[in-house]
Amino acid sequence: MTILTPESEADLAAIVASADTPFHVQGGGTRPIGGPTNGTPLSTAGLSGIELYEPGSLTLVVRAGTPVAEVEAALAAENQRLAFEPMDHRGLLGTKGEPTIGGVIGANVSGPRRIQAGAARDFLLGVRFVDGSGQVIRNGGRVMKNVTGYDLVKLLAGSYGTLGILTEVALKVLPDTVTTATLSILGLDDVSAVAALSRALGSPFEVTGAVHLPQAQGAARTLIRIEGSEASVAYRAAELQKLLAGFGEVLFDHDTAANRALWQDLRDVTVFHDRPGDVWRLSVKPSDAPGIVASVPGAEALYDWGGGLIWLLVPQGTAPAVIRQPVDDAGGHATLIRGNRNAGVFHPLPAPVAALQDGLRLKFDPNGLFNPGLMGQTA
Amino acid sequence: MEMPRPNPDIIARKAELVSRMLEVLPADAVISDPSETRAYECDALTAYKCPPLAAILPSSTQQVSDALRICHAMGVPVVPRGSGTSLAGGALPTADSVILGVARLNDVLDTDYDNRFIKVQTGRTNLSVTGAVEEHGFFYAPDPSSQLACAIAGNIAMNSGGAHCLKYGVTTNNLMGVTMVLMDGTIMELGGAHLDAPGYDLLGLICGSEGQLGVVTEATLRILHKPEGARPVLMGFDSNEVAGQCVSDIIKAGVLPVAIEFMDRPCIRACEAFAKAGYPDCEALLIVEVEGSDAEIDEQLETIMAIARTHNPVELRQSTSAEESARIWLGRKSAFGAMGQINDYMCLDGTIPVSQLPFVLKRIGEMSKEFGLDVANVFHAGDGNMHPLILFDANKPGDLELCEAFGAEILKLCVEVGGCLTGEHGVGIEKRDLMVDQYAPQDLEMQMAVKDVFDPKWLLNPAKVFPLQSSESHRIAAE
Ligand SMILES: Cc1cc2nc3c(=O)[nH]c(=O)nc-3n(C[C@H](O)[C@H](O)[C@H](O)COP(=O)(O)OP(=O)(O)OC[C@H]3O[C@@H](n4cnc5c(N)ncnc54)[C@H](O)[C@@H]3O)c2cc1C
Repeated sequence: MTILTPESEADLAAIVASADTPFHVQGGGTRPIGGPTNGTPLSTAGLSGIELYEPGSLTLVVRAGTPVAEVEAALAAENQRLAFEPMDHRGLLGTKGEPTIGGVIGANVSGPRRIQAGAARDFLLGVRFVDGSGQVIRNGGRVMKNVTGYDLVKLLAGSYGTLGILTEVALKVLPDTVTTATLSILGLDDVSAVAALSRALGSPFEVTGAVHLPQAQGAARTLIRIEGSEASVAYRAAELQKLLAGFGEVLFDHDTAANRALWQDLRDVTVFHDRPGDVWRLSVKPSDAPGIVASVPGAEALYDWGGGLIWLLVPQGTAPAVIRQPVDDAGGHATLIRGNRNAGVFHPLPAPVAALQDGLRLKFDPNGLFNPGLMGQTA
Repeated sequence: MEMPRPNPDIIARKAELVSRMLEVLPADAVISDPSETRAYECDALTAYKCPPLAAILPSSTQQVSDALRICHAMGVPVVPRGSGTSLAGGALPTADSVILGVARLNDVLDTDYDNRFIKVQTGRTNLSVTGAVEEHGFFYAPDPSSQLACAIAGNIAMNSGGAHCLKYGVTTNNLMGVTMVLMDGTIMELGGAHLDAPGYDLLGLICGSEGQLGVVTEATLRILHKPEGARPVLMGFDSNEVAGQCVSDIIKAGVLPVAIEFMDRPCIRACEAFAKAGYPDCEALLIVEVEGSDAEIDEQLETIMAIARTHNPVELRQSTSAEESARIWLGRKSAFGAMGQINDYMCLDGTIPVSQLPFVLKRIGEMSKEFGLDVANVFHAGDGNMHPLILFDANKPGDLELCEAFGAEILKLCVEVGGCLTGEHGVGIEKRDLMVDQYAPQDLEMQMAVKDVFDPKWLLNPAKVFPLQSSESHRIAAE
């Protein structure tokens, strides 16, 4: 099937305004998350390029189809970065193509640093998008503090292209750090590991990553990342070693290059690449995490966000209820990232919330043109 | 300021409304005597006043739901209220409306240090949230200057910020979940003790929605361990331009202070007279604060002060004691109060790109001469959120109007240079009519469509945020 690739926002708006059949909206197509959708493929790849980058204002305005790699390279040249650390889904999902910044925002993709710095949505300052009537809508702006009118910026982040097609996003960026170090404790069971991570995250020592890899992936490793100047990292590492001494020996590694590679692998859930089975992503209260994992038969887990985020590898075709039930009981939500997408990808919402969501979708996309079936219960 | 004409049919049904409220609320929670409703006639934008038809003070989510259901059925507008410190008229009633105050909803419901959150009822004040976790070394980060008085309810509705939001973010970045009641009485939970709620980010949407989408009764808030220490440094410069350039250079250098506050000469003088913080007498003052252990603070301040030196500061001084730090911040935090002692003033709240700081300050100076009204500037320079204080004389006929016209010009200037009308105070009634300067008609329509979904009858705080002409068709369609 031909892919529509408008070269400008105006072209895109015209295509949508005159459409009477749905679109399958995509950036680089590297994150096929959500229910299958069967519209005409429409890619934002033609809407590419950095519009404005002011390092002294920590602001970046970029067209939605711009490759993430291009954004990251531009920031690196000024020693800045996307602090929310978006993961690259290609290895986990076996997809090819070039991830775009619009896709990152559309799926609200955030990595290990989310626990300290915030999610993609927290760094999104403004959006331009084309709604389902073909109008260009603007919300937010390019400044860091803005409460002018409703925050549709947050609403668009994580809406998977179902409310509008993003054409431009404004992002807050942050300085990169000089040193990346990792503290690790070996051999902890899941409950002790989450307790250790909670202790670290509840300290003043600014932990920017808190992961536990259980026994199943070789020896259990509990990993804590600290970033900053060399002296500051050394100081905080020593303090954390004292704080966590009761959990076992705390090893310190300050090889920045190796640590950056390690945390990129953790971010991208490399341990589950090329492994058969379905992959779920669970967001829960950290202390509930070990119990939830234990209740799913045959599950292997990677705990991120101090336990608050669980990547779960389960036998192929595991019934969603097996995962969703314990999550519902504890409070939280589970999304199927890799597996049979007809089985219901997103967590079912309580009726009043679902009603609001359906109502909003109808306002933004009255004719159901954008990714029908991908998100929500009824559409 | 124009408000919709109160509906005489509703006013005529006051007795019925009150008696139905008494069916679901205790007697002391229903206030209808005109001598008592007067207490709710305005918020901190005191230039505009109007007593409500009645005020109610529910003490549970269920009572909120019951009361809203009745108002919904009777078609009575409801204005939610926290502590009434809004500077934008967000909690201003109309004569046919019910004020729903959450002041009695002020319990702590859960504190969880392992999972780093606190759950509170939203009538609780901002400072007392930190107060509830302080003993364990924790704090709630957003710190509006009004934190002693303002409620979490208002903070959520306005998406309030504080001096330290450069590092910690504003309310929306620290809000994990809410219990909310829709105008028709439906109770719902959004988010919770976990991160990033499923489905659309409705939590992000309601934060900053100025009480127009639902009444928030409970909130789960992220708490953090306090930093080991913090230390401010004072920097004086002989021009606003140079101070602005210094801010930009600090940010570019890769150090991220928790706060960078800016004051100009009129503000420095007033604050110094008030707080005796030892501010230098100069054109522009920066307070830059960093956090960490003593050694970490030394290291960061060394970088920051080296940058400052390249801009020939007239003063460059680190705080040397906790007491001195407290005084430096007292000066800044009491800026509004200090100005208030010498003048009536109107406080603006536009945000601009940091790079536009020198230009905007120069223009404000020129406009000040054109309008013949003085301006003092104090603001969060790290994120470009400006608080120009326009000084006027409330007893002088025409001065308020002149001041408002001047204020509108400044806010339009903020929009022109790529910024926005309000960085943290909200639109309320104050900036309602300027929304068309920032947003195109279709942008506003899309926002109002959101209200159509949450509150199809447009009963919740209906006269705020959107210009009355813009919202009229929605309000009429809802009748
Ligand atoms: C001296 C002073 C200094 C200030 N400094 C700052 C500052 O540094 N940063 C900052 O951001 N603001 C500041 N403000 C503004 C103000 O304090 C904030 O907007 C605050 O969040 C308002 O809280 P409140 O509880 O007083 O809300 P109110 O004034 O009672 O209401 C504000 C808005 O919230 C809505 N609302 C109230 N309760 C609810 C509810 N339960 N559900 C839904 N909506 C509700 C109201 O309808 C209204 O629109 C300052 C104000 C003053 C007077």
